Order: sequence, then C-alpha cells, then structure tokens
Amino acid sequence: MTRQTRTGPLETADRVIGFPLSRIEGPLKVTGTAPYAAEHQSADMLHGFVALATIASGRIARIDTADAAAFPGVVKIYTHDNRPRTAWWDSAWKDEVALPGHPFRPLENDRVLFDGQPVAFVVANTFEAARDAAALIRITYEADQPKTSIEVESEKSYVPKEKRSGIAPPPSPRGNADEAFAAAPFKLSSNYTLEGEHHNPMELFATTVLYEGEGRLTIHDKTQGSQNSQGYVCGIFELKPENVRVFNTYVGGAFGSGLRPKHQLFLATMAALDLKQSVQLELSRREMFYLTWRPATVQTVKMAADDNGKLTAILHHAVQATSLYEDYQEVVVNWSGLLYRCDNVKLTYELAEMTVSTPGDMRAPGAATGVFALESAIDELSYQVGLDPLDMRVRNFVHVDQNQDLQLTSKALHACYRQGAERFGWEKRLHAPRSMHDGPDLVGWGMATGVWEAQLTEATARARLSADGSVTVSAAASDIGTGTMTILAQIGAEAFGVDAEHVTVRIGDSQLPKTSVEGGSWTAASTGSAVAAAATAVRQTLLDAAKDMDASPFGKDVTVEQTAIRDGRLVLEINDQVGVALTDILASKNLTFIEEEAKVAPDAQQAKKFVSYTHAAHFVEVMIDEELGVIRVTRVVTAVAAGRILNPKTARSQILGGVVMGIGMALHEEGMIDHRTGRIMNHNLAEYHVPAHADIHDIEVIFVEEHDDKASPIGVKGLGEIGIVGIAAAVANAIYHATGTRVRHLPITIDKVFYAKEAAE
Amino acid sequence: MDLGPARAPSPTIPVTLTVNGRRQQLELAPFVTLLDLLRGDLALTGTKKGCDHGQCGACTVLVNGVRINSCLKFAVSLDGAEITTIEGLGTPDNLHPLQKAFVEHDAYQCGYCTPGQICSAAGLLSEGHAHSREEIRELMSGNLCRCGAYTNIADAIEEVMAADSETTVREAAE
Repeated sequence: MTRQTRTGPLETADRVIGFPLSRIEGPLKVTGTAPYAAEHQSADMLHGFVALATIASGRIARIDTADAAAFPGVVKIYTHDNRPRTAWWDSAWKDEVALPGHPFRPLENDRVLFDGQPVAFVVANTFEAARDAAALIRITYEADQPKTSIEVESEKSYVPKEKRSGIAPPPSPRGNADEAFAAAPFKLSSNYTLEGEHHNPMELFATTVLYEGEGRLTIHDKTQGSQNSQGYVCGIFELKPENVRVFNTYVGGAFGSGLRPKHQLFLATMAALDLKQSVQLELSRREMFYLTWRPATVQTVKMAADDNGKLTAILHHAVQATSLYEDYQEVVVNWSGLLYRCDNVKLTYELAEMTVSTPGDMRAPGAATGVFALESAIDELSYQVGLDPLDMRVRNFVHVDQNQDLQLTSKALHACYRQGAERFGWEKRLHAPRSMHDGPDLVGWGMATGVWEAQLTEATARARLSADGSVTVSAAASDIGTGTMTILAQIGAEAFGVDAEHVTVRIGDSQLPKTSVEGGSWTAASTGSAVAAAATAVRQTLLDAAKDMDASPFGKDVTVEQTAIRDGRLVLEINDQVGVALTDILASKNLTFIEEEAKVAPDAQQAKKFVSYTHAAHFVEVMIDEELGVIRVTRVVTAVAAGRILNPKTARSQILGGVVMGIGMALHEEGMIDHRTGRIMNHNLAEYHVPAHADIHDIEVIFVEEHDDKASPIGVKGLGEIGIVGIAAAVANAIYHATGTRVRHLPITIDKVFYAKEAAE
Repeated sequence: MDLGPARAPSPTIPVTLTVNGRRQQLELAPFVTLLDLLRGDLALTGTKKGCDHGQCGACTVLVNGVRINSCLKFAVSLDGAEITTIEGLGTPDNLHPLQKAFVEHDAYQCGYCTPGQICSAAGLLSEGHAHSREEIRELMSGNLCRCGAYTNIADAIEEVMAADSETTVREAAE
C-alpha cells in the first residue's frame, strides 16, 4: 500500500481512509476468478434463449413452436399461451424503484409494446440447442403503426400525472422570465436534441437460478440491488423471502441499467420453478438494446444576459420519450435554475409516449442531458456578450439553491474553476473561434460546469470485531465497478485500527443488512456511513465491556471517541500505554466476537435548510481535421468538488469513467431507430459506437479540497455521476471554439459539423 | 414428416486442445465456439462473453501465442492448438506482470473486460508492433471497456512494455 497523498479532514492520523489503496478484489478480477452472474454452474443446468418480437407495435396473431419443440435438447418452450401463473396485481410486479404506470410483464399476452420484446422463451439442455431452437419459432404478427420519433411525438407531449418517486418536478417559475427575456440586450433561443443512448455494460444481462429443492432458490443476478431482485421474484411468484437468496457479488458494469429487474430474472426464475431444475439465461448483446436506455430528448433553452454578462432570464423546456406503459421521468431542467444566479426562471418538463421499451436511468440521468443544453447555451451567450466562457460562469456564481430556497452544504466550485483552468493552461486561450491551430488541425478549447445532487439513502450495515483482531463488515450493497468493496474495507480498517487486508467485506447478498439499490452516487455516502456507525457501535460495546472489567483502566467518563484500537488493544487515544487487550475484554464477557448493526437515514430536519450537490469544472481540448471533419478529444482536465475522497485511486477511476462516457455522448453514441418500422437498427457494438482505446487521449482528474460535515456522516458526497455531467457540452463548446460551428444535436458526428458550417455560410 | 438430421443428436468430432498447458481430448459438436467451450464444459469462466460477434474483445485469448476473439472460432477448427486463457497467465497468488500492473494502475473497474484486455495486451507485447502510447491505444482498440479505464490500461501496458524492453536491453548487453 502506498501512502503518499491524503484527502479530506485530518482528524484521524495515519489511517487508511484517503489512501489510494488498490481494489481489494483486484487479484480476482485480473485473473478471471471473480464469478459474474452467468458463471455459476450446476450439473443439471438448463439453458435459456429468448425469442424477440420483430415488430415495435401490434399483436401476435400466431406462434408456431412445433419445429422448435422438436429440436434435439429442447425441454420446454414458454409463450403467452402457456406461461405459468403469476401474481395478478401490478403492486406485486413493482420493484423498489418502479415507475408510475404498469410494470412490463414478459409473456403476459399477445400485445407487442416495443421492438425486441420477449415473445417466447426456449429452455434446453445446452445453450446452443436453446439458441438454435429459438430460430425455428415462427410468429405471425398484426403490426400497428409504430411511434418512435421524438421530433414527431413531442408535439403531443404531456405533463406526467403521477410523479416518479425521488424525482423532483420542475420548481414553480420565479420572477418573470418572459418579460426579462424580451427586455434583455443579449439573448438566445436554441433547440437541443439527444438521440437515445444505450448503457451497454460489458457484462451481458444474465441470471443463474440454482434450484435447491422444495421451492428454495439461490439466484445469481446481474443487478444493482440483490434485495430488489429478491423482492421482485418473491412478489411475482409468491415465494417466501427466506426461500430466495439473491447474490450479485460481482457486477460487470451497469451504469443504471441494473437498477430495475430485467426480464431474464423473471424468465429464468419462472422456468426453474416450473421445471424444478436450475436454469441459466444470459442475454445477447442485441437484447441489451431493448432493455433500458437514456431517453431521446428535445430541449429548448432561452437565456438572456445584461451588459455585464449577468444572467437575467433562463427558460428551459424539455420533452423526453417514455413507453406506452410507464411514465419514466428524470430531473432534466431543474439544474438550469440552480447552477447560476438568475432571478427570472421558468422550467418545464413533459413526456412523449412512444412504442419503445421504458427508458431507464443511465449515468447522471437527466443531468447529463439537461446540463448539455444549459452549458451549451451559457457558452453561446458568453460569445455574444464578449466574455471569456469561464469568466461568464464565474460572474454568475451562486451560493444557494434558488429553486428550493435552500442553503448548500458546500460548494467548492470556485476552486474547481481555478485549479482546472490553471492545470489546463486556460489563460493561454485565444478567445476568437478558429483562432488556434496545430499544424493543419483546428484547435478548440472549451469548458463546462457539472453538477449532481449528493444524496444519502437509508442503509444498514453490520460490523464484527473478533478476538484475533480481524474485522468483518457487511451490507447488501453492490459494487458495480465503483470500488464499494474497497472503500468499505478502508472504513472498517480505519475504525478498528487495522490494515485493510484484515477486513473482510461481505456485500452483494440479499441476506445481508438492508440497503437501497446501488445508484445515484449514494452508495459510498450511505453504506459507508452505515459501516462507520456499526463500527462505532462495536467500539462502544467493547468500551462498555472494558469498563466492566476488574481494575479497568478506563474511567466512567471515557467516551468511545477518546479511545482507539492499536495493535490488538483498546487504548486511550492520547496515551496508548493505557489500554486492555481485545482478547481479555472479549474473554471477560465470554465472547469470541462483538457484532453490531447500525442504520443511517437522511436527516429530515437538516433537509429543511440544506441541500447538497457535487460540482465539477471540465476543460476540453479538441483537434479537428477540417478537410475530413474528424474530431479528436486530445486533452481533458476535470476538477471535482465532491466532499471527502475515501480512496483517490478508485475515486479518480470513477471520474475517468464518467468523462469517457461523456466523450461517447458527445461524439459517438446514438441509438438509431428506423421510424417506418419502429425498430432499432444498430443493436450491436460495431454500429452503436462507444469510445475505444484510440478515442481516449489524456484525461487529468483533480479533486479539490472540500470539507462537508452535512452531506453525509462521513463527509462523502459521491462520485459515480459527476464525471459525465457537462462533458458533452465542454466538447461541443470546444468544437465551436475550433470551428466556429455550433452543433446542438448529439452526437456531434462529422456530417453535423459539415452541415452546420454549410448552413452558416 | 421426417425432419431428418434436425431430430438426430448432433454429431461430435474428436479434438485435442492444450489449454493452459493441459492437454485435453474432447468430443465436440461442430457448432460450439471456443468461447462457449471455455466458459461451459471447461469451466474457465475468466474468458468473458460481451457480444458473441467479435466486436468487443472481452473473449480475447491466445491461440498459439496469437490473440484472437474466441467467440469467432469454432473449437473443432483448432485441433492441436495451444490455448492460453487469463487463468493460464497467472493466479491471484502469482500474478503475471500485466495482471500486477492492472491492479496497481486501477486499469479496470467492473473487471468484466479485464481478462480480454490483459490477454490482448500479452498478445500485443509479443507482436512487438507497439512502441509508443499512441500505438498501444491504436492496437488495443479491439478491446472495449465501458467503465472507461482506457488511460489506466495504457499506463499499465506502457509500464510492462518499458520493463520488458529494459530486460531485453540488459539481456542484449550481457
């Protein structure tokens, strides 16, 4: 372990929090010995394969499964005609993070609601038999007219009647935005569009259901919440929770796609219960495009400023796609009312119903989309006013959340601007578009601000201290590549004064203490705080036991904060000569270990006065070959203010990942639908482009010092989303600076740069 | 109606493969890919399925020392071949230099593309075509990482490449 840098408060000296510890599960991941959902075996395992609808809207007139059923190795084929009975009420199908509307029920009836909908499920002795048999199923459809164009359907948009839990609707308008806009000397009104994006974690969605007899199931599921999957199957199949245990020990990426249970969990569990045998179902890459997605969005931003560049009006309107059966919602426009000071603000958000699968949260849902428009608009306005884009933002800095009239727990965004600009060399930037070159390439420097809400959700955790000094911390939390296992080990190690390698971390198991799904950047703050609280409870019990001992060196007044654990002894922090061996304390109570559970929850009183956000400042360099239109992002500096950094190594990786996905959003990612058929055309990784090695040059991450004693008990704000928010705008702004061409439609492909340039000429 | 061959059990073909140094005689259906053989019957699940179309690189293994997408090869076409998977490069207690560098540089997050990245990097190093960071990036572009660990992966490979060339220079001098 290297101990060169530390971040955050220094109240505890020489411990493990704040050190760049390598991931504790790293040796398993790099040797291929960490098992993911489809990598659990049993001798009698059956394999599944799903047949998919080839229309986007309509009904199934006929399914002929005779040839498929006769295929060697096929055990059973399920369609809506023979699906086993399941719970009737919608409430049984609603998972922890379900949306307003009716949850999708696979193989429920003959209706087809979206392209790629599962319409039959083949179970066979081998994967190959299931796959080949599925190709022999013949389906006749009666197709309806699909509705898949956001441009067209947004004309029939509506305000969702039922609000999605946890998603704040736009605030009431403040001031008079229309009047202020009309009166302003500098203003713009621009439209922004985003085509659908697809998460595409590298691991395919998969579920292994191990049938343990008598209705007992052990399930390995690709999910961001083992307890969410457990609750879902128990509700639908009316199973006793004690008979169903779900693991998601290793999750091969998710980015939000694994928040809600997917149909492979339903189908594999259904078949295992019906056939009383273990079943494995690993979806194909193509199917990953039909599961969940960042919804297509059209936005309009109207923004105005006075002669000094002070914002006088912001109007932000967004319409997002949703499915026929659920009202998916994100926070898209609210950011425009809280990131900068502005007294005249009007924000509106509506949905458009389409024949698509329900969209879902994808890394920084809402913010990635809305802040692209906001940060593109303020950049455009800065050129009108004649200000440097960074100066424009600094002039409009705000220290409160004007949307909710709340104070902020912290906002070290000035430091992000300053340190990011300095590292990037922003002061060397020539202001005029097309003024910077590198040989034949146009060079553009752009920047943008990022913001994300720092949240804490209810979480429970357990900590155990054994007589030999070893520590176990456990919670049902998930590690989807975020580094959860490692930071929980560090928190446990710090609390008990041991090295992280002496801490066993147990997560990803529905039987462990309750946490919410892993998402929203809240896991480190929530589960981390719960582990810290459980550890404190263990130390309290330990101290109480030590005080009860004959000739105890600890007086009645000694508090747990005044003690520490060093070298297997409970000691006084100020004088570690005074202490008792852990083995003696435990022996005095005839114990081999002490275990305590603790829970954390949002502070309702504090929430009346404060709200918490993470912030970032992104600086981006692009080089553009003007003849070919090829855009390369050659340099990114991202400065982040996110409270206390538990592990700079894994924290940095989180930001790098956000930046890379943001570059994909800016330049590559586009779900393409043929609107005549309503079908996704590019459902594979050769045609849906995500950034590859060659696309990613230098990325530098800075964590600025930010002390926050309110965001969460351990001072953490979360890092999963903030890296991506604003990146697409920073790239677009750099492209404008390089070319003088403003592209407002993502992704910014070669053709758009050319067309926009031609249109301008 | 007689459906003929479709009803008959699949014929199998005898194949000999040496996987991670272990010679195995197998009877395989002709349509089983090397990837599905590894992950299924051989229970070597370190090789990952990310697309099954040769588009993501998660299934990269070394066949006779050359990196390939194992999802694009039928196992029966590899009779006599030597196959090295991630499990054959190193173990948690005895990591290959690349595996060690990946851990140190945090050159992964979820870990799912990682075995493919490492096998691909091993192939890259033995090919000897990459001499700069830019060439590493170009020649590793068949291996996607959705967590976005690319810069760290390049750091890890660069470090091992530098150590390799130092060793080579030293050996040449001796």
